[in-house]
Amino acid sequence: MTGLGVLVFSPAVGALLVAAVPPLARDAMRRTAVAVSLVPFAVALALWSRFDPGEGGFQMIERVAWIPRFGVSYFLGIDGISLLLILLTTFLVPLVLVAAGDSVRSRLKGYLVALLLLETTMLGTLAALDLVLFYVFWELMLIPMFLIIGVWGGQRRVYAAVKFILYTLAGSLPMLAALIWLGVEHSEAVGTMSFALPDLYALRLAPGVQLWLFAAFFLAFAIKVPMWPFHTWLPDAHVEAPTGGSVILAGVLLKMGTYGFLRLAWPLCPEAATGMAGLVALLAVIGIVYGALVAMAQPDLKKLVAYSSVSHLGFVMLGLASMEVVGVQGAVYQMLSHGLSTGALFMIVGMLYERCHTRRIEDFGGLWQQAPMLGSLFLVVTLASIGLPGLNGFVGEFLILVGTFKVLPVAAGVALAGIVLGAAYMLRMYQRVMFGPVTRPENARVADLTRRELGVLVPVVLLIIIMGIYPRPFLRTMEASVERSLAGVKAAAVSPGQGQGR
Amino acid sequence: MNVGPLSTLAPTLVATGAAVVALMVQVFSAPGRGWGRSATVALLGLAAVALSVGLQTRGASFGGAIVADQLAAYASLLLALLAAASTAAAHDFLAAGTDTAEEYFALVLFALVGMLVMVSATELVVMFLGLETMSIAVYVLAGVWRRDQGASEAAVKYFLLGAFASAVMVYGIALVYGATGSTDLAGVADAYVTGTATGPALMLGLALVLVGFGFKIAAVPFHLWTPDVYEGAPTSVTMFMATAVKTAAFVALLRVFLTVLVPFWSQLGPALWLAAALTMTAGNLAALKQTGFKRMLAYSAIAHTGYLLMGLAAAAATSSLAGASALLFYLVVYVTMNTAAFAVLMLGAAAAGRDDSLEGLAGLAARRPALALAMTLAMLSLTGIPPLAGFMGKFYLFAAALEAGLIGLVLVAVVNTLVSAAYYLGVVRVMYFGEGVSEPAAAATNRPARPLLALTAAAATVATVALGLLPAPLMRAAEAVLATFVPGP
Repeated sequence: MTGLGVLVFSPAVGALLVAAVPPLARDAMRRTAVAVSLVPFAVALALWSRFDPGEGGFQMIERVAWIPRFGVSYFLGIDGISLLLILLTTFLVPLVLVAAGDSVRSRLKGYLVALLLLETTMLGTLAALDLVLFYVFWELMLIPMFLIIGVWGGQRRVYAAVKFILYTLAGSLPMLAALIWLGVEHSEAVGTMSFALPDLYALRLAPGVQLWLFAAFFLAFAIKVPMWPFHTWLPDAHVEAPTGGSVILAGVLLKMGTYGFLRLAWPLCPEAATGMAGLVALLAVIGIVYGALVAMAQPDLKKLVAYSSVSHLGFVMLGLASMEVVGVQGAVYQMLSHGLSTGALFMIVGMLYERCHTRRIEDFGGLWQQAPMLGSLFLVVTLASIGLPGLNGFVGEFLILVGTFKVLPVAAGVALAGIVLGAAYMLRMYQRVMFGPVTRPENARVADLTRRELGVLVPVVLLIIIMGIYPRPFLRTMEASVERSLAGVKAAAVSPGQGQGR
Repeated sequence: MNVGPLSTLAPTLVATGAAVVALMVQVFSAPGRGWGRSATVALLGLAAVALSVGLQTRGASFGGAIVADQLAAYASLLLALLAAASTAAAHDFLAAGTDTAEEYFALVLFALVGMLVMVSATELVVMFLGLETMSIAVYVLAGVWRRDQGASEAAVKYFLLGAFASAVMVYGIALVYGATGSTDLAGVADAYVTGTATGPALMLGLALVLVGFGFKIAAVPFHLWTPDVYEGAPTSVTMFMATAVKTAAFVALLRVFLTVLVPFWSQLGPALWLAAALTMTAGNLAALKQTGFKRMLAYSAIAHTGYLLMGLAAAAATSSLAGASALLFYLVVYVTMNTAAFAVLMLGAAAAGRDDSLEGLAGLAARRPALALAMTLAMLSLTGIPPLAGFMGKFYLFAAALEAGLIGLVLVAVVNTLVSAAYYLGVVRVMYFGEGVSEPAAAATNRPARPLLALTAAAATVATVALGLLPAPLMRAAEAVLATFVPGP
């Protein structure tokens, strides 16, 4: 027992507690949900304090045999990368739960329960070190999100929910075949099946096999990230999802794709990954520019933020494709930053919607006079999203570009243009929403942030600033882990007479 | 013929006795009383059948025509449970309709007798006798609503096509006998291996026997009867057909596959590959377009036949029994989740009636959250979402197929799973996202108590979850029962 099991399953237990609250006691059920969601956050902080950043391998291992016939075990453990994403997840969920009552009017209990169950599956995905266990959590993650979009979403929620789940399944089902194949390969090489990641990392697969497996992983993760051209489910899902759903979707779920690349696709298929890095970088750069251009043309606030996610995650993928320690560190940092800033942006869009009942950018205007607090926090988040130095977005993008310039200078150059485009659409959006003349009478009566909304936004904004000016603790936590995973990839990719790999 | 110890036949004898008693109790009861009494007798009888499976003597008897081995015990226990589920469900579900023939429970038991013979027969003619006993009882069950046109149509269709398939099978058995001079499973195989058999006639005969099985398990292209019959029959009968009949047919087929057919595995491999791929694809594509719930489940049952055939294809492609174990494991998983789905469907229906459209489930989550949750679990398990039973079953089948090198077939199954997700999740969508008709308050309070049906649904749902979380014991059992079979040709 290292506390990881408690971390993963405490939200599910909490969901049962929330389910036991009488159906009409909205405040009671919300307080219960927030209280129980603080448990995994506290556990995650405790894990961080006990975590040894000098050790790059997996720590806090919990392992019990589960299906001996296939060598499957209940196998949890974390390294610096998953620890940071776990911290992000446990940090965001309580905030979403606090804000839940404002945007969700009906069936609040079901919504809270779904969010808590979703948290368990997200934490499980991040902590699982057995591929079957990983897959269990990975697939299970879809169901609460499917319900969150479909039950509590907007006008076209049913369409969006079905599209979301079918797209993601289209990626994850081939991955199931791929991971069973890995188990069979292990059985052929060693004599017994195993799905434990450390065992599978040690396999030396034939290049042809790696290519097939990489293709399956690529499909699963590229859809999840989403990379261009697999992104079309994302705008629909984001626009229709309720605010909390969007925050978790952008803040955490999308990271599962990039995390999957780093944890599974790269180290399990090192040669294929090295060979395909150019293609991945190409798609990433297209995503950066395409996402930015489409975001620029969006009349809808939520869609704009959704497409900006496509662009930002393109940066993450570019950093991962560089396969340089600095670039990958930047990518992980960008995952955290994007989780915070885009999460906050979706919260703010939700708050604006509650006030004005519109998400069309042209319907806003001149809100600053009425809501200066909202305006200033919104400004910080907008600037963080652009990547202003001193805020968290800058650190990640800078490291990614440093890592990429060494190996993929052209891609880095195009990505740089993406940053400029990002500044253009974000600032124009902010200016049209907050400044200018008041065009609609409703906008003249907009209320400023309530205390609860402040309570939700201020922690995020503080963290955005802290991560911007003092990135050291976060980088230190992941450094050894990033080095170790890349060392494994490079050693495997260079040795079998392939020269420099790329 | 040397009559061995009757004890090897204990489950069959107990089931026969229970069937006769159930029939008599119903005959000698006052009108309206027989229903409950014969159901009680049937349930007690089924408990005795299950008990006798544990107590029976292992070994062959009747000159090697019947064997009480581990495979027979595994199947018999499962069949007794399925008959009990069908009995319990039918007692509550059909009670409201006065139209129902009261011989229902006796017929279920008679069908079970046939199934028990099928799964323990090691001789083709005896196996055929079992198959016919089962089939005739189930033909009658399908038409148990005597004044209902749909049910009558289903029964006639099932009977005509079933009789045709039986005729084909019996002709096949005759050809096998002509070619080898034996109808004994081991004898037929010996004759072929020692070269005393006439090759072409034996091949044709075995092919016709397989056609007969193909009909019973609803494999493409012998599946066309399934949707009409499943839709027309009363839901409790549909449940019995989809679970118990298919189990018996698959286990008998597996026994033939592991004995007579062993020398032909390399030729059968590609055919099984194709049959599996076509069956799952045809079932899933057709299920996509259905608006009736039972019809959708009928096509889904066809698709699952395709998944089950993967196990045989995998076994045929290697000389390992992993595929056969995977089939036996998936069979339990399949019947569990289907029992859950059908039982919840019956619970959700206002009364025993024809209303089985998907729209009828609209808004079920708001009206009856527990039912909606159970149905959701069943649908997710049928899709193969972890960690439910259906996922573990698929995992086992995929692993066996990949070990056998059938990557193409696994990809076909993966695409099929995606297609099936569309309609299984469609049910979840209707229940949770649909506004739906709110139940009149009177209907909600006057809802009849249906404890046995509720118990069936709850047990099947719990089993669906439990088999997913703790699959290891059943996996061990599915491997152990095949220990007596020699792997590979």
